[in-house]
Amino acid sequence: MFSCKTSPEVGGMGHSVKRKEDARFLHGKGKYTDDVKLPGMLSMVMVRSPYAYAKIKSIDKEKALAIPGVLAVITGEDLAQYNLHWMPTLLSDSQMVLPTDTVMHQSQEVCAVIATDRYIAVDGAEAVDVQYEPMKAIVNPYKALEEDAPLLRPDKEGQKDNHIYHWERGEREKTDAAIAAADVVVKERIHLPRIHVASIETCGIVASYDKDTEKMLIYLTSQAPHAIRTILALVAGHVGLSEEKIRIIAPDIGGGFGGKVPVYPGYVVAIAASFLIGKPVKWIEDRSENLINGFARDYHMDCELAATKDGKIQAFKVSTLADHGYTDSSANPSKYPTGMFSICTGSYDYEHAFAELDAVYTNKAPGGVAYRCSFRVTEAVHAIERMVDKLAAEIGKDPAQLRFENFIKKEQFPYASPLGWSYDSGDYKATLEKAMEMIGYDDYKKEQAEKRAQGKLMGIGICTFTEVVGAGPSKDFDILGIAMFDSAEIRVHPTGKALARFGTKSQGQGHETTYAQILAEELGIPYTDIEIDEGDTDTAPYGLGTYASRSTPTAGAAAAIAARKLKDKGKKIAAHLLEVSEDDIEWEVGKYFVKGAPEKSKTIQEVAFAAYTNIPPGMEPGFEATHYYDPPNLTFPNGAYICVVEVEEETGAIDVKRFVAIDDCGNIINPMIVEGQVHGGLTQGIAPAMYEGIVYDDEGNVLNGTLMDYLVPTAVESPHWETGHTITPSPHHPLGAKGVAESPTVGAPPAIANAIIDALYPLGIKHLDIPITPDKVWEAIQESKAKA
Amino acid sequence: MIPANFDYHKATSLEEAIALSQELGDEAKYMSGGHSLLPMMKLRFATPEHIIDISKIEGLSYIKEDGDILKIGAMTTQSEIEHDPLLKSNYPIFGDAVWLTADPAVRNFGTIGGNIAHGDAANDQPALMLALRATIIAEGVDGEKAIPIDDFFHGFYMTALEPGDILTEIQIPKAKANSGGAYHKVERKVGDYATAGVAVHIELDGDGVCQEIGIGLTNVSAVPMRLERGEEVLRGHKVTDALIAQVGQIASEDCEPESDLRGSEAYKRSIVNTITKRMLNKALERARN
Amino acid sequence: MAKHNITMTINGESVSAEVDSRLLLVHFIRENLDMTGTHIGCDTSSCGACTILIDGKSVKSCTYLAVRADGANITTIEGIAADGTNHPLQKAFHDQHGLHCGFCTPGMIMRSIDLLETNPNPTEEEIRWGISGNLCRCTGYNNIVKSVQQAAEEMSKEKEATV
Repeated sequence: MFSCKTSPEVGGMGHSVKRKEDARFLHGKGKYTDDVKLPGMLSMVMVRSPYAYAKIKSIDKEKALAIPGVLAVITGEDLAQYNLHWMPTLLSDSQMVLPTDTVMHQSQEVCAVIATDRYIAVDGAEAVDVQYEPMKAIVNPYKALEEDAPLLRPDKEGQKDNHIYHWERGEREKTDAAIAAADVVVKERIHLPRIHVASIETCGIVASYDKDTEKMLIYLTSQAPHAIRTILALVAGHVGLSEEKIRIIAPDIGGGFGGKVPVYPGYVVAIAASFLIGKPVKWIEDRSENLINGFARDYHMDCELAATKDGKIQAFKVSTLADHGYTDSSANPSKYPTGMFSICTGSYDYEHAFAELDAVYTNKAPGGVAYRCSFRVTEAVHAIERMVDKLAAEIGKDPAQLRFENFIKKEQFPYASPLGWSYDSGDYKATLEKAMEMIGYDDYKKEQAEKRAQGKLMGIGICTFTEVVGAGPSKDFDILGIAMFDSAEIRVHPTGKALARFGTKSQGQGHETTYAQILAEELGIPYTDIEIDEGDTDTAPYGLGTYASRSTPTAGAAAAIAARKLKDKGKKIAAHLLEVSEDDIEWEVGKYFVKGAPEKSKTIQEVAFAAYTNIPPGMEPGFEATHYYDPPNLTFPNGAYICVVEVEEETGAIDVKRFVAIDDCGNIINPMIVEGQVHGGLTQGIAPAMYEGIVYDDEGNVLNGTLMDYLVPTAVESPHWETGHTITPSPHHPLGAKGVAESPTVGAPPAIANAIIDALYPLGIKHLDIPITPDKVWEAIQESKAKA
Repeated sequence: MIPANFDYHKATSLEEAIALSQELGDEAKYMSGGHSLLPMMKLRFATPEHIIDISKIEGLSYIKEDGDILKIGAMTTQSEIEHDPLLKSNYPIFGDAVWLTADPAVRNFGTIGGNIAHGDAANDQPALMLALRATIIAEGVDGEKAIPIDDFFHGFYMTALEPGDILTEIQIPKAKANSGGAYHKVERKVGDYATAGVAVHIELDGDGVCQEIGIGLTNVSAVPMRLERGEEVLRGHKVTDALIAQVGQIASEDCEPESDLRGSEAYKRSIVNTITKRMLNKALERARN
Repeated sequence: MAKHNITMTINGESVSAEVDSRLLLVHFIRENLDMTGTHIGCDTSSCGACTILIDGKSVKSCTYLAVRADGANITTIEGIAADGTNHPLQKAFHDQHGLHCGFCTPGMIMRSIDLLETNPNPTEEEIRWGISGNLCRCTGYNNIVKSVQQAAEEMSKEKEATV
């Protein structure tokens, strides 16, 4: 078990110290992108397509330009003059910045109006007259693959149909053979619909080009400012925006969850507008623009799970159709177009697995943007965890017992999964046992039996997931060729206080506190004496940013190793000050001392002062260190979640009675912050499980494009979460830590779905796709009764 | 989301407001709390050229019993209704409804008059008014008029209010001994418009026979709907489980819901049945206590 | 379109301005007065990020015309405690980790001030319903509830002490 090495005042790892960043947020002094105000700033508003698929016949700017204060209307034709009308997505597909002839999804950007203020820009956008010739949209991805389906992307060379790519992992023949030979095979088509991160702050930009200095200053809601700068330089270098002339500042961010990783067309247009006009241009999405234009999920997964008659799992196969909309904008590593979907074999030990995926184009917004997990672990875990419960029901075995009998055992780590991952560590049995004990599993089983005897519907759902987070290693993981490592740079000032900078960017995760705690742990400098700085590409070291729970596994590790480099230098300085050989110096948190003579010591602060005032001969002055950390492996956080629900047969109403989440994310830097991350992730887990889903009609219109109809849970829908931990440190991470923030979003939906379906099982209902809403439950009950 | 341009006019008296409305014509709209109209203007579903602010008119915010009538001023906010001691003790149906209407901050400024005058079948107060047999008092060019609630709702966002009319007061027969009301709506999440809602008001005599009954339905028809056929089944009869079941069935048959994001027509009919029965039982329980 | 002269008190200071009829109060506060603690999250009065107090009552300032606030007494997050000090709710949100990204926080605190004014000793359920018009996407609400509970307790003690 992990125990704290530092005092609470120093605040190293394991202390629930309060957050350093809170004060500005609590007093309304956070600085978000929409709070940026620059002299002469203009406002930009997008004109968007009412149709999902249409030819643009004409764009008449005249009425808009006649409005006093409207300065410009920018169209795709205008951008085409600079070859800026297309851009690459993060997965090397192509996306329109502004269209020149065709719109491919509802609400696609058609042109941009620049005006002296927001109100006038909105009037201008209303006044632009766009004539369309609507075409029959393809909304269903299965229909997109039919032979007579129109070719949606004729602009792409060699594209003969709407199929984007095929991907597979594992051994098809052996898996098929194992399934064919098995006693029991359960099958299901599982759909995870499109959903949206709906961070409370939408996306936005202030682009400010100075024609004299030729510098482009950009304030951006970006989780990955460095990567975005590089991509911008690659896309717009030809017009003079080279990388050293671009400075991106990601200020405070009002929630990211992956939605602030991609480059949206509005960013590029605002940058182009500022570049051409030479004035700052601000563009802030309104909520509908935000909701309709970026999506996660949309996987249709055909699953087969094979087992012996007593429940020993033998093989798992999943064939997926992925609806990517009109372009694949997944923020996935280039060698992993389906992200980490191949984690779908789960927490269980068996030999045969095969996963394949076909991605298709439809007339929907660019697909593959994240929802607190872009790397497809949510989909993978949902598939295996639903199927394991289905197997348990099929053979009449308690789902917890079935899991215990199939778990990868503690002593099997590192565990080579059938689809190629090396799981670093875990104790799945202990984690599930803890969850069962905390919720009182056996009592609920008894209560359920009693309730069922009375005809009442009560369900208990389990999910025991394995996550995979913290990309690199860089040899396997890159985004558009940029290797996935991360960085930390520490400067200890002469007085022993420090400034540390990182390539990541917090969006609420609490980096200003946790990174300082890592350094406090390593150096013994109190966390309150360490300032953390992120998000400014002119000052922070290069890094790939914060998403997919990667900050602690990468930048957190970089911080520890950079600190150790400093400690090594400090040792030499301490030896010099104490006039002994370096070999005679020992370290305990915060100070160096002479072996065998602990009274002879120098604090880290004294050593820092000496680094600037009294260095050993020949040593480079200063007390700074930088490290770029390239992880040897990913980390594999895991957890056991149990949910208890009651369902009312007459109305389909679902009442979540209890939810217990036990997470194992290795060693914990700040328990308070980790618990907070888990709470938030759980609410973002119940959201898609029971409330959220983007709804399309047959013409490709989004029917719930505001927060009145896109149902983000309030404090009333969100249950009182109960959380706990087990700890199996990551053996390869310098601090033994793993990422955590995505785990609850990954683990909660199957636990909830399993509970609801368990409740409905006596009625013969064996599967429902999420979101499982009361009306969906009611319909399923009627259907089931009709059959009976 | 920003409203189109309009001109703002503040009225400090009913006379001034009505005069302004006459002067400005069809393109003028009254705004009281603004929580129904302004969102529609921001989405540009509504683009009035003039807004006449009637929220500053004094004397239209009150809740009082006057003889045999409960009078509620049109500018009374949902919050004031929620926390009013008289309504809490004698008219709990209001508490049922307001608790489920939007959220507390919206309720601070959204008014009961606005909720009714908007003519939206998705709003909660119209069903209550139907169940409670309200009379709507309005002030117009030709002076004051009293409109029985059954004549008030004309169509989709259309009411008996004529151009220039301002809803000023709601009058409801004072609660009798042995009477009780209840409201519930099924909503997708808290603060949502109703998937379906049912308001019931019932009056019993000393023998438990139903003397008067009102049932109003929310958001299951284009116009706020009174369940007349269901009321007839109960009026003059001792209320039994069998009759309650029958009324629930009638409610599911007579409502006119459409399939949409809130569920299919069949689902909505089913929950109207369920809530009708539950609210009848709850109203009965309150009437008996 | 005609402009209107308005005067109001914001955080204790009198402010006069000439505004368009359609100017939303949230934009007046953010753009004209440069007080950016009040945020915009949804435009449809669904999320509560723009919640402020008008004459002590919480309101979503994205659904209120600036011109209607003429004569009003307005409080925003910037005005609930003197610089360098904390309102009990600010302290409680810090103590209980009731915020992550901070974007919903000002609205959440302004709403909670009103909640505790009308109900000084709310149950967990009353708190959850009381903040149901304010969305938070980060915290899962557990710690927001705890924050409001802590503040309720501290504020009751303060009241007792001053009586």
